[in-house]
Amino acid sequence: MQEVGQKSWVGGALQRVGSFLASLALTFLGLTAVTFLISRLTRIDPVLAIVGDKATKDVYDRTFFALGLDKPLIVQYGVYLKRMLSGDFGVSVLTSQPVLSDLIRVFPATFELATIATFIGVSIGVPAGVLAGARKGRWPDHLVRVVGLFGYSVPVFWLGLVGLFVFYGKLGWVSGTGRLDVFYEDIVTRHTGVILIDAAIAGEWGIFGNALSHLILPAGILGYYSLAYIARMTRSFMIDQLSQEYVTAARIKGRSFWGAVWLHAFPNTMVPLITVIGLSYASLLEGAVLTETVFAWPGLGLYITRALFNSDMNAVLGGTVLVGAVFIGVNLFCDLLYKVFDPRLRTA
Amino acid sequence: MSESLAQWLMSEAPVSRRQAVLGNAYRGFLAFVSNPAALAGLFIVAVLILMATFAPLLAGGISPIEQNLASRLAPPSAAHWFGTDELGRDIYARTLYGARVTLTIVMLVSVVVAPVGLAVGTLAGYLGGWIDAVLMRITDIFLAFPRLVLALAFAAALGPGIENAVIAISLTAWPPYARIARSETVTIAKSDFILAVVMQGASTWRVLFKHIVPLCLSSVIVRLTLDMAGIILTAAGLGFLGLGAQPPSAEWGAMVSAGRDVILDQWWVATIPGIAIFIVSLGFNLLGDGLRDVFDPKSS
Repeated sequence: MQEVGQKSWVGGALQRVGSFLASLALTFLGLTAVTFLISRLTRIDPVLAIVGDKATKDVYDRTFFALGLDKPLIVQYGVYLKRMLSGDFGVSVLTSQPVLSDLIRVFPATFELATIATFIGVSIGVPAGVLAGARKGRWPDHLVRVVGLFGYSVPVFWLGLVGLFVFYGKLGWVSGTGRLDVFYEDIVTRHTGVILIDAAIAGEWGIFGNALSHLILPAGILGYYSLAYIARMTRSFMIDQLSQEYVTAARIKGRSFWGAVWLHAFPNTMVPLITVIGLSYASLLEGAVLTETVFAWPGLGLYITRALFNSDMNAVLGGTVLVGAVFIGVNLFCDLLYKVFDPRLRTA
Repeated sequence: MSESLAQWLMSEAPVSRRQAVLGNAYRGFLAFVSNPAALAGLFIVAVLILMATFAPLLAGGISPIEQNLASRLAPPSAAHWFGTDELGRDIYARTLYGARVTLTIVMLVSVVVAPVGLAVGTLAGYLGGWIDAVLMRITDIFLAFPRLVLALAFAAALGPGIENAVIAISLTAWPPYARIARSETVTIAKSDFILAVVMQGASTWRVLFKHIVPLCLSSVIVRLTLDMAGIILTAAGLGFLGLGAQPPSAEWGAMVSAGRDVILDQWWVATIPGIAIFIVSLGFNLLGDGLRDVFDPKSS
């Protein structure tokens, strides 16, 4: 009996993974279709972008045909998709480098920021949410609600500016914009691109500290948004679980209130919670655009916005596809986790 | 008199359709006014609308775009309540006029997003079959897109400006509405009264527009109010990056951006429009929470 159950579980999981891969592929197709259409909508003439406006009619026409712009849209999309899949995003006008190598260069900065921010969000948000759910209607609950409302209402770029003004300008507690002070730049060898790790490998603790003092404000601000969301969701999962009969049963058998909260209800909130944390992480990877602009943080977001102002469409769209792919991947992966680990969804 | 009116409204056994409808509305009204947070939200939104409508009057005739380089970056004073910006323009007047831009964007996005979401969702939910599968697949694809980055790419391709910002936001904002409308439609389509109308010979379109869409409206409106803050923040973000309303028109996000370079010395230039964005978003969040409690007590 046990074995049969085990087998169908594995079969179910495989099926889930299959449908996960299918929706991943389909969503990616959709994303590239949209970015392709954007590249066709743009006001920037792709031919002029290459040959310049002084080119003769002959050169212009040759480039026009070489780019395949005379072919039907669907054929052009096929070519585009093939290039995307082989990692060819074109060359950035701004840096004269292939967009892919640019993206690989800037991604670790965003990764570092989003990871520390999520760490802050989880380590404060989850306990706060559990507390708010367990003490529904009391002050911890109201506090979480207010913190959440503030987080949902305040513009991140503004909070970043005010944070810089107060903590850097007035109090001098943290360093200003960028990832490092100028005189620390390019000292440690790049292993991972994550400065905290690279500095630790090199044993340069001065640089480590400097990087941390640059990181703490933007990561704290992004972490706050993540915290607001995670706490709110944890709270509602907790309330849901605490209203179940098994909690009452545990209490009748003599389990203390907090024992029931942490040992019985909390483990049951873990599955949806992992999904929520994953989604929040994905949205931080994406949503860091404005924060990076404010803090001159040389990650994906700053790369995309800089490219934007220089009409560097290859870089903009390459960045969009990469961010989109990561976002879609994490999104659907969380969905998969949810379905694999929640027994009720397994059989359905 | 008023007591009997309240009794008539609260009657458990309404004798007419009108009494039932009014009674329901009255119960919702009571629930809404007993919620101070929701009332505060309503108040803020009302103030926003008044600000936008009477901006010239409230600004006391001060132009939001008139430059006065002699008094640039002046701190808040009796002459300039919120100070002046880098071109000597009055920030108080600009903040007032900025309410117009914000309100325009919010209204345009709602006008685009709600009907599109409703159309896709109700069609998918009512017709079912392959239409449902295809429409919902498309919705899921759009739902998995990164919102801000895609809006950025759109705004970059179409060129900066309010209209394009609206298009960019709408393109990424409609999928949740389709999801909501579909799930509501699936439940409604199974009910007996729909079956009754169908047997009386109502066409598919009639069933959809006369019976299903009106019932989906309340959840769509609640969701729209809750989303307003997000829409305002995205629009302000686009404005901050220079992709929203173009100079010299006053837009809060762009105003924050203009104050960026002088934040350490002239804090008011960036701070005040940011506070305006915050208060308005907060207002819509509070209002949305309150409406959700009234229309859908289960989910709160």
